[in-house]
Amino acid sequence: MRDAAPASDIDPRDIRDLVTPLAGLEGPLLPMLHAIQEEWGHVPAAAVPVLADILNLGRAEVLGVISFYHDFRDHPAGRQVLKICRAEACQAMGGAGMAAETLVRLGVDWHGTTPDGAVTVEPVYCLGLCACAPAAMIGDRVIGRVTPERLVRELGA
Amino acid sequence: MKVWVPMDSAARALGADDVAKAVAREAAARGVDVQLIRNGSRGMVWLEPLVEIERDGQRLAYGPVAPADVAALLDGTLEGHGPVEEIPFFARQTRLTFARCGVIDPLDLDDYAAHGGLAGLHRAIGMDGAEIVAEVTASGLRGRGGAGFPTGIKWQTVAGAVADQKYIVCNADEGDSGTFADRMIMEGDPFTLIEGMVIAGLGVGATRGYVYLRSEYPDAIRVMTEAVRIARARGLLGPDVLGSGRAFDMEIRKGAGAYVCGEETSLLNSLEGKRGTVRAKPPLPALEGFLGKPTVVNNVISLATVPVIFERSAQYYADFGLGRSRGTVTLQIAGNVARGGLFETAFGLPLGEVVNDIAGGTASGRPVKAVQVGGPLGAYMPVSKFDTAMGYEDFDAAGGLIGHAGLVVFDDSADMLTMARFAMEFCAVESCGKCTPCRIGAVRGVETIDRIAAGDAAAIPLLTDLCETMRDGSLCALGGFTPYPVLSALTGFPDDFATQREAAE
Ligand SMILES: Cc1cc2nc3c(=O)[nH]c(=O)nc-3n(C[C@H](O)[C@H](O)[C@H](O)COP(=O)(O)O)c2cc1C
Ligand code: SF4
Ligand code: FES
Repeated sequence: MRDAAPASDIDPRDIRDLVTPLAGLEGPLLPMLHAIQEEWGHVPAAAVPVLADILNLGRAEVLGVISFYHDFRDHPAGRQVLKICRAEACQAMGGAGMAAETLVRLGVDWHGTTPDGAVTVEPVYCLGLCACAPAAMIGDRVIGRVTPERLVRELGA
Repeated sequence: MKVWVPMDSAARALGADDVAKAVAREAAARGVDVQLIRNGSRGMVWLEPLVEIERDGQRLAYGPVAPADVAALLDGTLEGHGPVEEIPFFARQTRLTFARCGVIDPLDLDDYAAHGGLAGLHRAIGMDGAEIVAEVTASGLRGRGGAGFPTGIKWQTVAGAVADQKYIVCNADEGDSGTFADRMIMEGDPFTLIEGMVIAGLGVGATRGYVYLRSEYPDAIRVMTEAVRIARARGLLGPDVLGSGRAFDMEIRKGAGAYVCGEETSLLNSLEGKRGTVRAKPPLPALEGFLGKPTVVNNVISLATVPVIFERSAQYYADFGLGRSRGTVTLQIAGNVARGGLFETAFGLPLGEVVNDIAGGTASGRPVKAVQVGGPLGAYMPVSKFDTAMGYEDFDAAGGLIGHAGLVVFDDSADMLTMARFAMEFCAVESCGKCTPCRIGAVRGVETIDRIAAGDAAAIPLLTDLCETMRDGSLCALGGFTPYPVLSALTGFPDDFATQREAAE
């Protein structure tokens, strides 16, 4: 991922160059959106007309797809994204209290980013780590039987 | 010396990578020759990271192993569990689908073949499409994604459709809480899923396949992507599958964090690049699926079970099970349990035996209060229903469902009103928005449960009515089955819905 550039600095030509090789896929839109988000950390507004043009869709249609999915964000997240599982198996192991305390320690609410831009916290419904609950994920790194202390330590927050 | 340290994400979540590093470091420091293999998980998650060492031709198990234990591990002084396959939790299983998981190096195709892999495909290559479909039908295999629909009948429909292109789509969205069998097999034995998809393709005449894999599983995405690359390089995928003269190729596609995209028609929309809203049926995906073409949509475990059916024969598989639930069920035991993990066994074990005997009761040591079986749309089973046998019809008769066979255990500190509220809240968050009973009903459901919590007894019949409307008026099972957890909590645990009211009186 590139350093979070202000959204206005993203050149539509770079977006086009990134996604054009995917245009031959069957059902290319989600792979394109993932590629854009991987590159810039979010799907910038500038991507919408580019995608609409390449895929011969209306802009509203592209926006409709982006807004449907929890994964896609329209502005950059914090430098690290912490996902905490809120689903049943984690609740059975005290996950709700664990999550609440972590949010207090970080001083954010769900979907929020710490004021220093270090951490964004997102809820997630199951990470497939239900036999070592409660579970969380920092970036792509999974953590089982997690505690607020452990999360705060791992985040360096 | 051979040492296995799992790379399964549950093992990694518990520190397996640090253990693997410690093994490499310690071996180098001592100048001993260690072959470190990153295998899948054996499924005994409470023992992860579970390290195995080969001694006298046996694989001995140690776990949970911390990096600080590694010196003793290599000295042979660390206390272990003996041969891994003699650990009672493992020894009691019938491992058909998961036979190789945790045994082999997941990305070593030769190791895969040496352990029975590809035997099923070689047999299928000698059959015509109709014979392949007949074999699956005879095995009695039913879809493991939730609905339990007979796989052979679904394949028959696609086989009978006439089209220039057909597809095999693997549903790897595994969104249900308490489930991880799909993740484990994709991380631990990815070639078995690929082989199953190829056989499905040969059976119905499809040449292209997709795995729709949820984005919450980055490890599984990495392993599956690499396995597909290897399979293509080795001729298992491509224009001439293993020299058969028949073509099949496939891709891994990443989901984008929507639970409803596990529903097959929503999944197909998502795969096409649309919003993941549910399509009305008919038309069946089998006739008009991906891009309007005939499509088999099957769960990971359904497809990953196909190779062993062809390797051992349909009859062999069908000889396991109970009633119309044939073969094995891959139970995923999770939540507040002493021994959580994956337990593959013939259908038919009573629920109570799984929870108390196999899983050893709760992790907290407190009494079990309820077990939610079948994910967020499954019923909360009270202890009084612990004699229910693990079988589709048995669970249905007991007012529940098996779903993807996840069991989430709760101890007596759980508040079932809170869990009922969560079920409604989850439905509201994840609703695709297409129909009113689900989209609006779930929001009303949360409000109604809050009224009950605040002491308004009159809200209880309202909740029951609302559940009836959702059940009867929803297009798919997200809205239609949310009443299962809600009403099972209400009827099975009335005290949790009454205390507030009584306190207020
Ligand atoms: C809301 C909802 C979510 C679902 N999620 C999944 C899922 O994550 N994985 C899955 O295999 N099936 C899921 N299903 C069931 C699928 O619609 C479909 O029945 C299944 O993929 C068919 O495969 P099978 O016959 O092999 O089970 C879901 C259904 C609903 C209504
Ligand atoms: S029940 Fe809910 S998720 Fe299913 S189609 Fe209706 S609105 Fe969509
Ligand atoms: S319920 Fe939290 S990881 Fe599955």
